[in-house]
Amino acid sequence: MNNILAIAHKELRGYFASPIAYIVIGLFALAYGYFFYALLLFFDRSSMQMAGMGAQQSANVNEQLISPAFQNTMVVFLFILPMVTMRTYSEEKRSGTIELLLTAPLTDFQIIMGKFLGAMGLYAAMLAITLIHIGVLFAIGNPEPLPIVTSYIGMLLMGGCFIAVGLLISSMTKNQIIAGMVTFVVFLMLWVIDWISTFMGPTGQAILSYLSFTSHLSDFMRGVIDTKHVVYYLSFIAFGLFLTARSVDTERWRG
Amino acid sequence: MIEVQHLTKRYGPVTAVDDVSFKVERGEILGFLGPNGAGKTTTMRVLTGYMPPTEGKAMVAGYDVSEQPIEAKRRTGYLPETPPLYPEMTVSEYLMFCARIKGVPRADRKTRVATAMERTRVADMAKRHCGKLSKGYKQRVGLAQALLHNPDVLILDEPTAGLDPKQIIETRRLIKELAGDHTIILSTHILPEVSQTCQRVVIINKGRVVAIDTPDNLTAKLRGSEAMYVEIDATESNVRPVLAALSGVTQVSETSTRAGHLAFEVQSEQGRDVRRDIAAAIVRQGWGLLELRPMRMSLEEIFLSLTTEDAAVVTPAEVAHE
Repeated sequence: MNNILAIAHKELRGYFASPIAYIVIGLFALAYGYFFYALLLFFDRSSMQMAGMGAQQSANVNEQLISPAFQNTMVVFLFILPMVTMRTYSEEKRSGTIELLLTAPLTDFQIIMGKFLGAMGLYAAMLAITLIHIGVLFAIGNPEPLPIVTSYIGMLLMGGCFIAVGLLISSMTKNQIIAGMVTFVVFLMLWVIDWISTFMGPTGQAILSYLSFTSHLSDFMRGVIDTKHVVYYLSFIAFGLFLTARSVDTERWRG
Repeated sequence: MIEVQHLTKRYGPVTAVDDVSFKVERGEILGFLGPNGAGKTTTMRVLTGYMPPTEGKAMVAGYDVSEQPIEAKRRTGYLPETPPLYPEMTVSEYLMFCARIKGVPRADRKTRVATAMERTRVADMAKRHCGKLSKGYKQRVGLAQALLHNPDVLILDEPTAGLDPKQIIETRRLIKELAGDHTIILSTHILPEVSQTCQRVVIINKGRVVAIDTPDNLTAKLRGSEAMYVEIDATESNVRPVLAALSGVTQVSETSTRAGHLAFEVQSEQGRDVRRDIAAAIVRQGWGLLELRPMRMSLEEIFLSLTTEDAAVVTPAEVAHE
């Protein structure tokens, strides 16, 4: 465990000692801030209209503002997380520091988990920025806390999947740009894979919508933690990290 | 301390290391000599557990590097060809991180890092970022990293590459100091380095071991006969017959003739010192003896003769018999 934390700590330090962390956090804050502002304007107008029409119920903050904002957050991460994961292995391979890690008394599993946790740390730091807006909503309104908590759990799990895929792709190349590009496209495909599901017949539809990242997130957004989705995300992460371990090992044999 | 048995490493169709075997005793410094691409780095990478061998096995400090990699790695310090530094860390941060992943107990880390920095003379750069160091400092920080956990075995891939002459001398001295407590394998293609620092040399070419011996023995044994260089102040043309007539002399060849300076290479039977006879003969003739010295094959010549095409068939056994 100490070894995993040592690597995780090193990874985080690497992000924050270079401009990477500040750039991705800054860009995320900018994009998210804009999305939130836009959604807030829409929400504002629709709740005014509802009040004007004399509706009994006021507009639901959770459903009409927070949920869409979180959905947008994940779209922003779709673009940003490849920039976080692309260097994890590629950079170490290019600069030769991978030799330090692979000849230190560490197991491959410890190195991979350390890198995974390091990237998760940076992801969590970005996600923490969204707490500011949520805090403001709590200060001036009364959103339901439970769906927000479960949404964060869902987003952390989904980010974990992104990062596991990113690590795998980074472990396969020395070239950061290639790692970043491929990761981005794979994320995108996993995001939209269920678009064609309606044309695929019942079995194909079930498979495609099960594979899709997005279909598993909606229950979390509604405040429901369904084991089915937790299992999907956790097994996705585990499989990604397992393949990363295989990829690192193969690289060893090949030299 | 280190034992390599029939080690073979193939990358697809390319055989980088082919059936290499050697042993290194505790406290010894073994030089690994070979042209670029001979398989030095590959052998070292197998020894450090960076990559598994295709065939054969490697034991470090009593542990098989493939079977018990963690135990073997705990006892090995490795300086790769390019020092594995993280440019964004300062030297002391970097060494603290290395100490942590090498399993140095928390309480000892600071002193170990300080000692390693002291020994490799990088303490003055402790607060500098690794990425901003000169090549020489990078190399020494890399060496400090290898020493940190006080390993039994040190594997150094070209430890003096990129250093200036003063740093090279310091580094060689440091390596010699370390030899007592540590067993060291160092690779190099700089020949004097081997004769100055190593007790034994493995010459490797195209993945195969072509010779294993002490630098002195290699120099001596590789010659079939003894050779003397003689320079004489004489004008006569009968110098050559006079020398050739001496007992034990097998061959005399003239290497240069300037007025009054005749230079010869005199070959004699193995193990027979003919210097006294040569000197006496020259004095008897009334010539002036300007220079008389044994000619030894330099390590360069040995290296070239062992690693060029036609000589590559010399096996260690044959070298020993000569």
